[in-house]
Amino acid sequence: MSKLKQALDSGTFALTAEIAPPKGFDFTRQLYLANLLKDKVHAVNVTDFQSASLKASSLGLCIMLKQAGIEPVFQITGRDRSRMAIQGDMLSAAAFGIKNILALTGDHTTVGDCKDSKPVFDLDSVGILKAARMLESGQDCGGNALNGESPEFYLGACVTPEYDPVELQIIKMKKKAMAGAAFFQTQGLYDIESFKRFMDYASKIECKVLAGIIPLKSAGMAKFMNRSVPGIRVPDSLIERLKNSSEPVKEGILIAAEFISKIKEQGICDGAHIMAIGAEENVPLILEAAGL
Amino acid sequence: MIISQKKPDEEILSYLEGAKKVVLVGCGECATVCKTGGEEELENMKAFLASHGIEVVGSIYPQSACNKLLMKKELKALKDVLPECDAVVSLSCGDGTQTIASLIDKCVYPANNTMFLGEVERQGIFTEACRLCSDCVLAYTGGICPITKCAKSLINGPCGGSVDGKCEVNHDNPCAWIEIYNKLNKLGQLDKLEKMYEPKGYKDTAYPRVINLREEKHDE
Ligand code: SF4
Ligand code: SF4
Repeated sequence: MSKLKQALDSGTFALTAEIAPPKGFDFTRQLYLANLLKDKVHAVNVTDFQSASLKASSLGLCIMLKQAGIEPVFQITGRDRSRMAIQGDMLSAAAFGIKNILALTGDHTTVGDCKDSKPVFDLDSVGILKAARMLESGQDCGGNALNGESPEFYLGACVTPEYDPVELQIIKMKKKAMAGAAFFQTQGLYDIESFKRFMDYASKIECKVLAGIIPLKSAGMAKFMNRSVPGIRVPDSLIERLKNSSEPVKEGILIAAEFISKIKEQGICDGAHIMAIGAEENVPLILEAAGL
Repeated sequence: MIISQKKPDEEILSYLEGAKKVVLVGCGECATVCKTGGEEELENMKAFLASHGIEVVGSIYPQSACNKLLMKKELKALKDVLPECDAVVSLSCGDGTQTIASLIDKCVYPANNTMFLGEVERQGIFTEACRLCSDCVLAYTGGICPITKCAKSLINGPCGGSVDGKCEVNHDNPCAWIEIYNKLNKLGQLDKLEKMYEPKGYKDTAYPRVINLREEKHDE
């Protein structure tokens, strides 16, 4: 059974962190990082051609993690694969005991590094969740019966709380939950009050929510994200803190840790998902600073 | 309307390497509106080719180049010049060019790129409107096409990427799903957004397709 599911179902504050496969086939660093995270988080997310940029595939690294005794969350976007390829990958994942699947729409090919690649989007995130559910019921996307046992997954999806109009995100979130998403990871969050307002809506949906945490490394990074990453809103007060700090990376770790301990203490949501984007070594430091 | 755009001059010239005499075919429908195959463009093409030593020995301007029966008739006007020409340049869309090519035993070259099915916003401004997905969903989306206007053709609502109502893929475009939301809100039909839509099916879109009204059976 999925450890992540166990944690979330039992009311434990769940922790996940994210790593990306390499642009190449040397997975040494990924395994090193995963081992570093192993006892600190319930599961390690593996991104699927994140930012629409070519890397080794998510499934490959998930299998490697699984074999190293680390529980992966297999991210699947709809950008690059048809429903057949998606279900095929899900079955392969099941064969290796991979349970957690995170369904994502995916960034468009034109924002990535292989811009001429065909944007597939055969399934949207709702469709990916349904495709997993279909396999669980013993059927493929053509309605044909699977041979042998049906796989069992623990399904998740994403949501962007800092979205205008937020009702529209909530409607989509509801649909994802209806389609099978038991847990949600949010886009990176920095404003507790605003997140609380979002959770007022989201808590009516039957699901678990992991708050997205992207540790800031500098005021410049915060400003850049405000400018160019959809759904990110770093408040000016935090940008000031980073600017005034002589060790902005440490300050960023502290900011992330404070956010995590607050949501945990106040019981705002069910866990946290840390996206360290290249600075995964800092994840244990964040958790330590958060007293976890 | 089929929106077309003129190919670069060098590309057109490269097709015509070695050709001395050519025939031009325009189109009185979409390509005229797009300013790629009207009478003016035929004149311009004639002058352009002449400046490169290529003589236009004949040209026609059919009402629509994609109507085979019509084209057959129109081509008769070229019966004296076609045998002596080295090539035909079509100033219509890809469909019209194929229609002409299917009717004559000459090299037919496209002068245009065929871009999309769209609407004329204003003179000279065209926007893509329909990707011909076969199973129209406009009834559920306030008349705004999510297959075309959403860069990811999402059918169950938006991705998380819109900023200030703009699409994350091209900031010049509005996010289709926010527009759909606003429209359905105005129409009092937000419940349509809550409905779960199945992934679009593709089994009926294996191309090339034929529709034959003559064989279609009608229940009376
Ligand atoms: S849903 Fe969009 S692409 Fe499909 S037929 Fe209707 S308008 Fe065209
Ligand atoms: S921002 Fe809106 S229009 Fe653009 S891909 Fe996302 S949902 Fe579609």
